[in-house]
Amino acid sequence: MNLRIQYFAVLREQRGLAEERLSTGAKTAAELYAELRERHGFTLPGEYLRAAVNEEFVPWSAALRDGDAVAFLPPVAGG
Amino acid sequence: MFSILDTALDPAQLRCALKDDGAGAFASFEGRVRNVNDGRSVLSLDYEAYTPLAEKEGERILAEARAKFPILSAACAQRTGALAPGDLAVWVGVTAAHRSAAFDACRYVIDELKKRVPVWKREHYADGSSGWVNSATGEPRA
Repeated sequence: MNLRIQYFAVLREQRGLAEERLSTGAKTAAELYAELRERHGFTLPGEYLRAAVNEEFVPWSAALRDGDAVAFLPPVAGG
Repeated sequence: MFSILDTALDPAQLRCALKDDGAGAFASFEGRVRNVNDGRSVLSLDYEAYTPLAEKEGERILAEARAKFPILSAACAQRTGALAPGDLAVWVGVTAAHRSAAFDACRYVIDELKKRVPVWKREHYADGSSGWVNSATGEPRA
């Protein structure tokens, strides 16, 4: 399954890029973050983040589909 | 209307969109960049947003405000990019027949924005260091 991953804020800096395409066996948003965290050493545990797929918030259990655009959102700080 | 903008926010212009002869009240909130945070001197801030989702979530908050309070209209704009102390970072405006609903809805919009809209800021301090606000110390969501 091929996915597009977008990174923001602290995750973008820790990954060193804003976007990438990758092939993964992860079935859910939670599995994908665990895989990426192990690979890239992200400091934030999943409990601190929200997951988004195709520009909408999703639960961590959301099933991923080929071609999805996935983002993991650090704690927000707008305003 | 909720907007993410990478250019200076102009309250006079933003307010124009809320003109309504039925509005006896207009309340607004302006969030500005502070030159100090947690006792540290702040020189500048970099804001970034996940714009498509930020605008969707922002529109949902404005719709909630219209449903919860007897107001006529509500609008909000959030800056992205590099800001300096004193710069306008966020603007909220609400019109209503009467002041109470205008104040309440304005407060609701800014409070929900700060909790829910995917916008982040990195502070640059006078000592040369910098850090993402909330990303080291945020509470787990679960």
